Amino acid sequence: MKTLRDLDYSVLQQCIHCGLCLPTCPTYVETKEERNSPRGRIALMRAIADAELEVTKAFGEEMYYCLGCLACTTACPAGVNYAELFETARADVEKAGVLASPKRDFVRWAALRVLFTRPRLLRFVGRALRLWQSSGLQTLAREAGLINLLPDNLRRLEPQTPAIRARFSHQLIRPVEKPAAPRHRVLVLTGCVQDLAFSDVNRATVDVLLANGCEVHTPPVQPCCGSLHAHNGDTDTARLLARRQLDLVNPADFDAIISNAGGCGSHLRAYGHLLHDDPAYAARAAEWSKKLRDIHEYLVEIGFRKPASTAAASTVTYHESCHLCHGQKVSAQPREILRSLPGVELRECAEAQWCCGSAGIYNFTQPDTSAWLQHRKIGHLAATGAQVVATANPGCHLQIQGGLANSGHASTEVVHPIVLLARAYAAEKTPA
Amino acid sequence: MDSLIASLTARLGAARVLTAREDILPYGFDGTATLKQLPACVVFPRDAADVSTVLKLAREHRAPVVTRGSGTGLSGGSVPLPGAIVLCLAKMDRILEVDSANLTLRAEAGAITQKIYDAADAVGLFYPPDPGSMKISTIGGNVAENSGGLRGLKYGVTRDYVIGMEVVLADGTICWLGNKCVKDVAGYNLRDLFIGSEGTLGVVTQVLLKLLPKPAARQTLLASFTTMDAAAETVSAIIAAKIIPCTLEFLDQKTLRCVDDFAKVGLPRDAAAILLVETDGHPAAVADEAAKIGELCRAHGATSVRLAATDAEAAQLATARRSAFSALARLRPTTILEDVTVPRSELASMIRAVEIIAQKHALTIATFGHFGDGNLHPTILTDERDAAEMHRVELALAEIFEETLKRGGTITGEHGVGLAKKPFLKRQLGDASYELLRLVKKSLDPEALLNPGKIFD
Ligand SMILES: Cc1cc2nc3c(=O)[nH]c(=O)nc-3n(C[C@H](O)[C@H](O)[C@H](O)COP(=O)(O)OP(=O)(O)OC[C@H]3O[C@@H](n4cnc5c(N)ncnc54)[C@H](O)[C@@H]3O)c2cc1C
Ligand code: SF4
Ligand code: SF4
Repeated sequence: MKTLRDLDYSVLQQCIHCGLCLPTCPTYVETKEERNSPRGRIALMRAIADAELEVTKAFGEEMYYCLGCLACTTACPAGVNYAELFETARADVEKAGVLASPKRDFVRWAALRVLFTRPRLLRFVGRALRLWQSSGLQTLAREAGLINLLPDNLRRLEPQTPAIRARFSHQLIRPVEKPAAPRHRVLVLTGCVQDLAFSDVNRATVDVLLANGCEVHTPPVQPCCGSLHAHNGDTDTARLLARRQLDLVNPADFDAIISNAGGCGSHLRAYGHLLHDDPAYAARAAEWSKKLRDIHEYLVEIGFRKPASTAAASTVTYHESCHLCHGQKVSAQPREILRSLPGVELRECAEAQWCCGSAGIYNFTQPDTSAWLQHRKIGHLAATGAQVVATANPGCHLQIQGGLANSGHASTEVVHPIVLLARAYAAEKTPA
Repeated sequence: MDSLIASLTARLGAARVLTAREDILPYGFDGTATLKQLPACVVFPRDAADVSTVLKLAREHRAPVVTRGSGTGLSGGSVPLPGAIVLCLAKMDRILEVDSANLTLRAEAGAITQKIYDAADAVGLFYPPDPGSMKISTIGGNVAENSGGLRGLKYGVTRDYVIGMEVVLADGTICWLGNKCVKDVAGYNLRDLFIGSEGTLGVVTQVLLKLLPKPAARQTLLASFTTMDAAAETVSAIIAAKIIPCTLEFLDQKTLRCVDDFAKVGLPRDAAAILLVETDGHPAAVADEAAKIGELCRAHGATSVRLAATDAEAAQLATARRSAFSALARLRPTTILEDVTVPRSELASMIRAVEIIAQKHALTIATFGHFGDGNLHPTILTDERDAAEMHRVELALAEIFEETLKRGGTITGEHGVGLAKKPFLKRQLGDASYELLRLVKKSLDPEALLNPGKIFD
């Protein structure tokens, strides 16, 4: 595993400290201090590579104050690969153990090493959560004030716990589904949180692909993609999970591998780089990266059919998931899909490309900055007056839904653009 | 040192004084290649009174003060000195007043240039100076460097818009220079002394700016050429035809390809050079000028002239151009940008000179710039870790300056002298005016507290 010291130095040198990324970096805008900016963080990383600085606790904290939103990579004309720097830096921080504490170690172990490496266990936990939610226990606990017993940052997030679906993806999607005359052969990745809380998005993804002549393969049990691990300094597990994924799927069998969650897609695309030094997997990983597509991107690429029905008619605003727009540079395609919906008026909101504060597990680790970003985001979304907020990442979905509910906008629907498209296709068949 | 930091902390509060290594390391450089130096501490004043406090303490402790805005400077102006206090004004960023009756705007020195433009724009007014860094540069930094921008040809530079300022002198005195009057000859024009003074004479804490009515129409043209000479000659022809477009920017092939790799705005990648031209004003005048400029471009060998179809496209092209310097960093690890300026009739011959110098020293040099202003940015793409190549870079730089001065030019048109161009200043100014600079510095900052060692020793 690479560290900052043995990373290719030119990746660090790529930053010419011009500062053009600063105004797009949420943490710099919050504090106006260089250390909290991309340029400052890269300077600290370079100082470590140059042996001018050790991996200290303050450095570790800084790397976890960074949202990993990658807005800086969109702003940077020099093409700095901040994603790689950031993941390497966090891995260094974990290796040095400068942030270690028994509680943090336990949570990390439970999440990264246990829960998010075992899809069946994750589904089991999902079931338990669903039971808690649907049995009325959750409501009871809320009413009895039991929630107040939770530690502060958990209590704030409790209302944002995803509402677990009654049925997960494998119960909604058959392993292979074929349209009448297949023109493409694709594989759909169902994700972790998406699978538990948004299995409807996965179903919709399959539906729209079918409607556009794709034969769709959806393995019922899929390993976690490893994005959570890579972003949190656990590169070893990330590599392990990528290998598992490649053991399960041979990319050569498909025209495209489809992801519908911004955060996962951004990492999935990077398998080629992640395993480039693994002789057994490098070629397959490179092929995988070549085939990987975000669902919106792929639909536009194959010239998706514009729906005829006005079922989705409403005013819609679009919030861009960071890892979709900055991580994958997919920004125009979701809009193209939304605009294709008859009767839908797309209203642009200010700062559509700004992080909503969800940022993986950031809302748990940095509650104040997360809440500030959530508030800022809701303000811009509400200002459009749109009835629907479309967004294509489960973390954003929950964060925005939570924020809307807390600010008297509970009636605003939050929905994945693909669900809107699927609805419009479905309505074509049901005569009005 | 410890007692200085203790006093600063006592007076400003701990949150406004940074000393931890992780906090101050990122203030060890600005936008200039290869220069860095760790300061003793970084302080964030709230207002002129805080600045005055800091300067007085600095004087007591004989600590140099390096004023800083956003650190985008390209001559090392805000690179610290050993033991220095970095006085960072980035948190003093309020826009205090937009006066539509008098067409003025007053802001704290840390206000971002783009925010000033936006605030004026919101009420139908216009703040023209638009350095490539405007999204993050501070107005204080713009004043201290007398920054230019893409609109310099028609609208001039920062100096042309500063009608007043609040400045804190080296001894901590706070004074106001200027007012909202259109004319004023009461006393020396001291404002001008501080404009372009690179933080060596005083600390600007507030700026009063003149605004213009927003032009009613704008049109952007993009002309492609098969030789750099043809593009440079077109610039001279446009000026000679008595047309003053608002923007007249030149990009050579290396630059335009890098810019397009980043911004993906469909620049003609095979062109040897392009000109990006904007005219603004009354709609009829704009249409007329655009047509004439198009004809002149074609007459001088332009292979294509594209008109921006929408305002959005025009804005995209300008934004793409603003990224030129940073985008060039895609090619080599180290990007050394120069800022020489020549009388406009000398542009074509100056470009040729740069090409010859690049060949002679086996270096890659990309050139772009505000050609309407005669301002070139020959940018040397190199690697600071290659000592042999860096030696050739030094030789090439000296020759570029020599060729510039030979043509009656200046070693810096807008980025300032700072540290980077210090060795060449005397050669340009000559002894008498060089000494005059020192005389001014001595009378305003006798103890050499403010950014000592910048501009000259
Ligand atoms: C990508 C890019 C594009 C650029 N394009 C242009 C361009 O088109 N035209 C142009 O002219 N420049 C350009 N520059 C250079 C630079 O942005 C300008 O010089 C700018 O004005 C610096 O502003 P700043 O706030 O970053 O100042 P800093 O870099 O922090 O400081 C610059 C100098 O001003 C002094 N200073 C700063 N604030 C104050 C104050 N309040 N009082 C007294 N002294 C002060 C500092 O001590 C220093 O000497 C560009 C730079 C970059 C990185
Ligand atoms: S990351 Fe890119 S935009 Fe930011 S300072 Fe470095 S080179 Fe400039
Ligand atoms: S990833 Fe986001 S928070 Fe981190 S440095 Fe880049 S812009 Fe800032």
